[in-house]
Amino acid sequence: MPVSETIELSLQVNGVARTVAVHPMARLLDVLREPLGLTGTKEGCGEGECGACSVLLDGRVVNSCLVPALQAQGAVVVTVEGLAQGQELSPLQAAFLTHNAAQCGFCTPGMLVAAQDLLGRCPAPSPDQVRTGLAGNLCRCTGYSKILEAVATLSGPGEAKR
Amino acid sequence: MRANLTDYTIQAPATLAEALAILAAEPGVWTPIAGGTDLMVLFNAGRLPARRLLDLSRLSELRGVEEDPARLSLGALTTYTELLEQRSVHTCFPNLVKSARATGAKAIQNRGTLGGNIVNASPAADTPPALLAYGAELELVSVRGARWVPYASFHRDYKKMDLAPDELVARVRLPKPRGTGFHFYRKVGTRQAQAIAKVCLAAYARIEDRVVTEFRVGLGSVAPVPARAHRTETLLVGCRLGALPVAAARQAIQEDIAPIDDIRASAHFRRVVTGNVLEQMLMELAKA
Amino acid sequence: MHCHGGVEVIGASTIRKEGRAKVLGTARYTDDVVLPGVLHGVTVRSRAARGVLRGVTFLEGVDWSEVTVVTAADIPGRNRVASLVDDQPFLVEVGGLIAHPEQPVLLLAHPDRCVVEKARRLVRMEVEELPPVLEIQDALDCVQVIHGTRNVLKEIRIAKGDPGPVWATAAHVIEGEYRTGAQEQLYLEPNAMIGTVEGEGETLQVTVSGSLQCPYYVHDALKQLFGLPDERVRVVALEMGGAFGGKEDYPSLIAGHAALLALKAGRPVKIIYDREEDMAATTKRHPSRTRIRSAFDAQGGLLALDLDFVLDGGAFTTLSPVVLSRGAIHAAGAYRCPHVRILARAVATNTPPCGAFRGFGAPQSLFAIERHLDVCAARLGLDPIDLRRRNFLRRGDTMATGQVIKEDLYLDALVDRALAEVDQAALRRSYQARNAADPWVKRGVGLAVFMHGCGFTGSGETHMASVAGVEGLPDGSIAILAASTEMGQGKNTVFCQIVAEALSLPIDQVDMAEVDTRFVPNSGPTVASRSTMVVGRILEDAAQGLRLILIQGGFLEEPYTPVEFRAAVARAREERGALKCYGQFKVNPDTSWDDKTYQGDAYPNFSWACYAAAVAVDLVTFEVKVEDFAAVQEVGRVVNPTLATGQIQGGVAQGIGWGLWEEVTFKEGRMANNQLTNYIIPTSADLPNIKVVFLEGGNPYGPGGAKGIGELPMDGPAPAILNAMADALGTDVRLDEVPMTPERILNRMEEADHARV
Repeated sequence: MPVSETIELSLQVNGVARTVAVHPMARLLDVLREPLGLTGTKEGCGEGECGACSVLLDGRVVNSCLVPALQAQGAVVVTVEGLAQGQELSPLQAAFLTHNAAQCGFCTPGMLVAAQDLLGRCPAPSPDQVRTGLAGNLCRCTGYSKILEAVATLSGPGEAKR
Repeated sequence: MRANLTDYTIQAPATLAEALAILAAEPGVWTPIAGGTDLMVLFNAGRLPARRLLDLSRLSELRGVEEDPARLSLGALTTYTELLEQRSVHTCFPNLVKSARATGAKAIQNRGTLGGNIVNASPAADTPPALLAYGAELELVSVRGARWVPYASFHRDYKKMDLAPDELVARVRLPKPRGTGFHFYRKVGTRQAQAIAKVCLAAYARIEDRVVTEFRVGLGSVAPVPARAHRTETLLVGCRLGALPVAAARQAIQEDIAPIDDIRASAHFRRVVTGNVLEQMLMELAKA
Repeated sequence: MHCHGGVEVIGASTIRKEGRAKVLGTARYTDDVVLPGVLHGVTVRSRAARGVLRGVTFLEGVDWSEVTVVTAADIPGRNRVASLVDDQPFLVEVGGLIAHPEQPVLLLAHPDRCVVEKARRLVRMEVEELPPVLEIQDALDCVQVIHGTRNVLKEIRIAKGDPGPVWATAAHVIEGEYRTGAQEQLYLEPNAMIGTVEGEGETLQVTVSGSLQCPYYVHDALKQLFGLPDERVRVVALEMGGAFGGKEDYPSLIAGHAALLALKAGRPVKIIYDREEDMAATTKRHPSRTRIRSAFDAQGGLLALDLDFVLDGGAFTTLSPVVLSRGAIHAAGAYRCPHVRILARAVATNTPPCGAFRGFGAPQSLFAIERHLDVCAARLGLDPIDLRRRNFLRRGDTMATGQVIKEDLYLDALVDRALAEVDQAALRRSYQARNAADPWVKRGVGLAVFMHGCGFTGSGETHMASVAGVEGLPDGSIAILAASTEMGQGKNTVFCQIVAEALSLPIDQVDMAEVDTRFVPNSGPTVASRSTMVVGRILEDAAQGLRLILIQGGFLEEPYTPVEFRAAVARAREERGALKCYGQFKVNPDTSWDDKTYQGDAYPNFSWACYAAAVAVDLVTFEVKVEDFAAVQEVGRVVNPTLATGQIQGGVAQGIGWGLWEEVTFKEGRMANNQLTNYIIPTSADLPNIKVVFLEGGNPYGPGGAKGIGELPMDGPAPAILNAMADALGTDVRLDEVPMTPERILNRMEEADHARV
């Protein structure tokens, strides 16, 4: 059934079931930022190059600027707003803070999601694996050194989640 | 975001049969979309001429990996990440491992699909050269049935394929290399990740008693389509590892390619680098 | 260094106060601000590089009655962006000149982003085209005259001694030409602005809030655009997702646009550029061409320098005079030279105007002199490091402007340390063998030595007479009142450290007031590596002043605890109703500067550095990998080591990008590669770990002895890397341009007959 009018999009965002009426071709990025009010995820390029729009979609990091809403029907999404445990920063967020891994902070939400994804797949990544794992997230402020340092402090024994 | 949403229509059939029926009823009207990593970039820029989209992402018939001792078959909706999760890809097709890892970065690898990469038909795509080197075949399906075509003859000209308006690519099948094999893959991009290739070369050789008995070279970014280097291959089949005709091969590959000047590189640069990558490959082959 | 309960303030790597919101994703950038009833604004641009606008047509396809349209005719005040020279219009008038292909012609707004975007494509312009000038040489040759009488936006001459007689008698005379391309700042957050108006006529109030570095620049621009007095224009600086100079002057233009639309529509308007528009239409680093003629004696002593430094300023003056100034003053590098001639010119072309980008002219001229020194070393048969050491400036020497070096410089120590950090001696030994054995990869090490002037040039700070203050709040805490903006550099935290130190308080008792021109004074723009050194110093004074007020008022006695201070502030505030103290920039009586002759103390102080790079050049693909990088600098007192390190690392990354990858490709005056897929900045996989070392000297002018560091790291990487490449490939390969892309390397090697073709 061809759809060009609004659809009811039902998805789970940061552990909460949400339903919104959106155009099926609306970008997941815009759905998150506007009707769902989660402005943490950013638009840096609209091309899938910078990673500022990174979210977890069904457990995997994706560029939400390239996902049409229709394809997120029934999906489980995690954004930067879903990383903290209530008021308490996640270990990764805390590491970013203490290492000054966020300067202007615009790449930070996407970077945190991508780093979380990396550590979930690979709990003890080598420095090269961290570099490769974050290569889809551009940062213009830090030169990446402090970001890699912060992620490295989280690298340790643990179970891969997939 | 420059697309006018109300101009677009999308539908998501639940089964392959439904999808094929739609394509048969209105051939050329519906543009298939899978991971969206190519089409959505155009969409965001307001430059996607296709207004009616057929979402394939629910079609389980286009997913899945099948294998037997002789062949590996991948559904067209296999993402790069899923490709990298297959043990037999790592053991039999190391060039595919490299090409998948060379594609964008993790977020793109999680969404981009083999089928999408093939039908987007960019001459600069990363995986097609590897598919060419491995002698891949494609299964094309429509309401009229299924047919297999060698991937080497699938691309006819820039963005023109052996694909009828009512057909979809369903599966990609690769014969598993037999005996002693040599694998080489090098993508020359604008940087180490998130890069479009300026030159791409993938090679597979079968070696028996230190003689090259099979040799396939797939090239990207140096012709209007992903292409085989036929003259170079012909020259090298039958050669001894100790006596590879490097200079002649460099000459032959120049005749196999037709690069252009574009925003990323000049034709001259592409010619020089293709020759160099070829020579580097032959040096490694000689030590195999 | 003071301690409060055992915690140091200045010199401590205090965690950023504003950092928590960033890692939570709750920091609100302009597009995150939700405004009910807001309209989305877009800009319709000229497309032709040069011509006369004859008319505008609106095609069918949207309901135009619902679209707010603003043209130049809607401008209540002056259609000129207040700047050094007011030559840039906000919008092109019908019958007016088009000077570049991204020039704003009219503005549209609509509640639906999709509709306004569609409307943008339905506007047609009739342009009588004229032949554009697109190259520096064509501008100099006046192939067409597009600005003034000879296309020169600004000319500066600096003279020391007289090189004339030297050329004939010197043992060696060596010439070179060096070029640098445009560079896009590529802040992750594109330009964004919100405009709102209230009232009308005599009560009209215009407010803009957005991503901007210099609230008072925008304030001035809006006053002129609307013909309004100070108090009826308000500018609020929101959280910025990066800037690097790219949001120094451009925001005046986009703020004017947002406000004009808001005025016409009677509703708030948001203008958010997408990446393509931002890259194509906004300011970039000035492209440059430098010609150097140098004379040496037989031992390699530098006798004379003649420098011809040209910048491409684009279509309007904007900041070109000051970029040129900084570039010219830095052009002779860190070397003593008795005879120097510098001719610096900024020319106009029909391309989008260039502007500020970290370094501001100095990266361009320092690239040239640092590359040239290596070229000269090769011709003279000397080691490039030895040639430099022989000619380093020392205490008591004069620079090209006659400025006397009044402090000890540690240039040799900086070089020694940089070489040690990359283990240059060991690399040198191993590279010879490795390069001989490896047919495909050649390795080399190179360095650059340079300085960066802190703060505004010459009398800039005196003219600005910046003001900043501190305020005691009812709860007893201290708020800092300054127009300096936070763009990721950590200025909020550093200011708090400075004031906390000055008042002997823990840092959590001090915070920044929101940067809103209604409440904060003009402490000058957030540029020129001046915030810590200049504004920080003013805040120190203001803080001392506040303490004096409390003591003299009987609210406080020394010594005091932080708790006692808090109580004193709360009491004083309650009794007096307000508790503020301002400081103002104090001219240093020991310095003098003549704008006409370009003689005197160009900068209150300089930071000094040596950067070293180890590179590997792959001769299969001509790609360059930076395998190791060390940034060693003397920047006076380091207020916050972690933040300072972050600044250096970020600047180095931008410098490496400029040196190797970041090419702006122009076609008929427009940026053709205005997408991130084609404008290449480094990913995490492209860079090495960047080592940073601070050697602490001192500076009497900065708070606690601090100098400026924001721009310094931009100057060193490109020449260090190209010098390393020359070491790897051979000194006969012409490496004279940035970015030195693989294409250019192939081209230069073929030229030197090395390529294996």
